Amino acid sequence: MQKNIICVACPMGCGITVEIADNGDILSVTGNTCKRGDTYARAECTNPVRSLATTVKVDGGIHNVVPCKSAGSLPKDKIMECMKVINTAEVKAPVALGDILVENILGTGINIVATNHCPAK
Amino acid sequence: MLNYDIVVIGGGPAGMAAALKAKECGVDSILILERAETLGGILEQCIHTGFGLHYFGEELSGPEYADRFIQLVDKQKIEYKTDTMALEITQDNVVYAINKKDGLLEIQAKAVILAMGCRERPRGALNIAGTRASGVMSAGTAQKYVNIDGYMPGKKVVILGSGDIGLIMARRMTLEGAEVKCVCELMPYSSGLTRNIVQCLDDFNIPLYLSCTVIDIHGKERVEGVTIADVDENRRPIPGSERFIECDTLLLSVGLIPENELTRAVGIDLDPVTSGAVVDEYRETSHKGVFACGNVLHVHDLVDYVTLESQTAGEGAARYVLGKTEEAEYVTTKGVNGVRYIVPQKVNIKNDGDVKLYFRVGQVYKNAKTVVKYNGEEIISKKRPRLAPGEMESVIIKNDMLKGFAADGVIEISVEV
Repeated sequence: MQKNIICVACPMGCGITVEIADNGDILSVTGNTCKRGDTYARAECTNPVRSLATTVKVDGGIHNVVPCKSAGSLPKDKIMECMKVINTAEVKAPVALGDILVENILGTGINIVATNHCPAK
Repeated sequence: MLNYDIVVIGGGPAGMAAALKAKECGVDSILILERAETLGGILEQCIHTGFGLHYFGEELSGPEYADRFIQLVDKQKIEYKTDTMALEITQDNVVYAINKKDGLLEIQAKAVILAMGCRERPRGALNIAGTRASGVMSAGTAQKYVNIDGYMPGKKVVILGSGDIGLIMARRMTLEGAEVKCVCELMPYSSGLTRNIVQCLDDFNIPLYLSCTVIDIHGKERVEGVTIADVDENRRPIPGSERFIECDTLLLSVGLIPENELTRAVGIDLDPVTSGAVVDEYRETSHKGVFACGNVLHVHDLVDYVTLESQTAGEGAARYVLGKTEEAEYVTTKGVNGVRYIVPQKVNIKNDGDVKLYFRVGQVYKNAKTVVKYNGEEIISKKRPRLAPGEMESVIIKNDMLKGFAADGVIEISVEV
């Protein structure tokens, strides 16, 4: 089977063709222009992952929320579930860039970390 | 009156990169003026990742990308004033600005770097019929509500325009529990990055309707729905294709306009295609000592390119202040046959380095080539499997090539299929 996908690893957006055998083995990956593309294409055909960027509520900060991201890729089908967990979290100001806001989300081993500072009001 | 060698207007990615480069080139007296309460510009609300892949070789969120530069600005002890609005630049490079702490500021600059960025095209520029119900806003406004202020501006959303901000907001609103009904794009292609169509729309099964637009907005107090219709090749709605879509929010992502009020007021030549200043390879405008970079010069798709361009402008401003500029003899650049514009619009052939020309095409091309001609003669040709209006292209003119050019020559870039 042939699967055509568009790489989202970087803004280049390369069109990649993956040749998949009947037993699910990946026979070839073509069209990518870097190694990240190869990795992405293989993952996309076996265990698709995405990074997640959102916000976490802050108590007593200059803003109501602080931006955050997953410190690694999360399984694509768990993204909405992760959002539910993140939206119940609340942290106290001050928050520093890089602070862990949610540890090991849904047992994935991935932390949710702050991507900006949020000083106290 | 205050005195600075370089005044930078705008403390976003462009302004910070330009200031840092000028400092690195040996200018110590630099002041950045920023309208918002913090440095960072629009990056502060762009919380999605994808910034910095070219420049830092890693994938950062907007605030993280900005923070790297904010840290450097602090480390280099570059002065800045936030909450400060630049009002005017005079013919003698005096900058007037105002804030609550200092009142009116009068700043004599040797060089000025314009880094004001751009703003979103508003509803008024589109002439969409319909009521003035609340719930119609630009995608960037919604982005600020959600990402900085922490509240959702709507539950059922239609997005007009498939530029990157529209696509990013389709995903963001979906993640926060809204139902994004569709994204409508007037053109037969999306101006957004392909990766954003995949990861912001396809991942969430959000339909993208190409050659489709919003022709009516319904609702009295609050938007209750929109009428969308397909458009023909002249972008006119096709009768019979109208359909009603129930929604409480319409987000507009219909283009960005460089914010050039200050530029225009001082009489700097503008390029009608980019809506930014006409500049040379150091991004100096038609007004001596005034440079421009970033989205105020032309709208970029990647902040990484903004950083690089702004470093060029910062270097140019520093050279100007330090009296290191060579005499100038210009060739002009011209986009033809599918190339909408080229920046810089003119190049000094006495320049002692290579010059990179950035350009943008007007439509999607497959298996085309970009051809550079000097006075009608082909000098560079590059095969391009894919060209799209949403993705900036570039070509380097090597210095030895430049040395062979004569004043008033013309460099043309075109697309050949």
